Amino acid sequence: MYPPKFDYLRADSAANALELLAANPDAKVMAGGHSLIPAMNLRLADPGTIIDIGRVADFKFLSANDGYVGIGSGTTHAEVAASSDVPSALSEAAGLIGDPQVRNRGTVGGNIAHADPASDLPTVLVALDATISTVSGSGTRMIKAGDFFVDLFETALNDGELVAEISMNQDGANTGSAYAKLSNPASRYAMVGAAARVTVEGGVFTAVSVAVGGLTPKAQAAPSVGAALVGQAATADNIAAAAAAVQNDLGDDVMGDIHASADYRRQMATVFVKRALTKATERAG
Amino acid sequence: MKVSMTVNGKTYTRDVEPRMLLVHFLRDELGMTGTNIGCDTSQCGACTIHMNGMAVKSCTTLAVQADGATITTIEGLANGSELHPMQKAFWENHGLQCGYCTPGMIMAATKLVENNPNMTEAEIRHGLEGNICRCTGYENIVRSVKAAAAQMGGGD
Repeated sequence: MYPPKFDYLRADSAANALELLAANPDAKVMAGGHSLIPAMNLRLADPGTIIDIGRVADFKFLSANDGYVGIGSGTTHAEVAASSDVPSALSEAAGLIGDPQVRNRGTVGGNIAHADPASDLPTVLVALDATISTVSGSGTRMIKAGDFFVDLFETALNDGELVAEISMNQDGANTGSAYAKLSNPASRYAMVGAAARVTVEGGVFTAVSVAVGGLTPKAQAAPSVGAALVGQAATADNIAAAAAAVQNDLGDDVMGDIHASADYRRQMATVFVKRALTKATERAG
Repeated sequence: MKVSMTVNGKTYTRDVEPRMLLVHFLRDELGMTGTNIGCDTSQCGACTIHMNGMAVKSCTTLAVQADGATITTIEGLANGSELHPMQKAFWENHGLQCGYCTPGMIMAATKLVENNPNMTEAEIRHGLEGNICRCTGYENIVRSVKAAAAQMGGGD
């Protein structure tokens, strides 16, 4: 299959990308193209103009400083998966996206701007309370991951605005993070994904952050789990009991399809939150 | 749009539509039909080539994205008449049945072994997740990759 016809513009810098976007407001922005090109091949997307930001060096960096890590939006999943600077949950999730070939081309910025509900990174970024920095003609914005993902394939990005950087705290002392997912066996997309970051001091949970995705229209925080666990001893029984609290945070929009029913995914949410918490707790020690 | 890239050591320049996929550029513009097209949606891996040293799916890459790139296809893997160790291992271990997935399997597996010559069987299977064999001949494919890894510097 050939994609539908389009005009192609290649940006050579972030500033140039914004100029091109301002001049072509209906254009679709492409980095690796690994969500966009298959969608075009299937005629699910038919943009008249594509602005290729895949070569923009301004968006390609990964640097850690003072307990904080910043990831350029043009960083590939393979680069994130190989990084020891990013929280464990993030490198783990990046290494589970698609397959090695896809991870060599797909980018973090493209992934989150696409906001596929079955994607892995949004869930992790919400759990890690990451900040999404954007650029546009009117300046820069910082958006919390929990506010960035709005709905199915919908983000808080405005017209003419690009993701520039994703940043978050590293896993600090006594802190561990993890991601666990129930994959579709063919596509590897998450039918249920769960991310957790925990801090354990003196054998007691002092901070817990959990998010789930894949079964809801957007990645969403599961504050009930954290509330049930903070102040408790870091035991398997306490983790199992707290994981069940995720049911309070799933809402009424749990999705089912031919691969797995909504009821099944709902039950698996508890299982995978437990797995993510268990692994994160091991890493905190 | 004019694009130029080095494929198997030789530089080619062509005027192409922006929508031309890299796999079509290789097959239709350059006549290198060793790279196969399977699913068109980056699931099956039959179109895997090396682009700037990395395994990439050429059905999910535009030719214009590969402008200036260095590409190796299955045609460029052998050293003259001497097969690459991965090709030889697939031959010796019967790593193919119908052969349709084979070019992509070999290109993907070559990079896996280059990146880690001491993979466990589980790592080989996980690493080939993006390549589907419709004959389901995975046992011999994994055996081939193991054999090639031993030739390519593994086990030490």
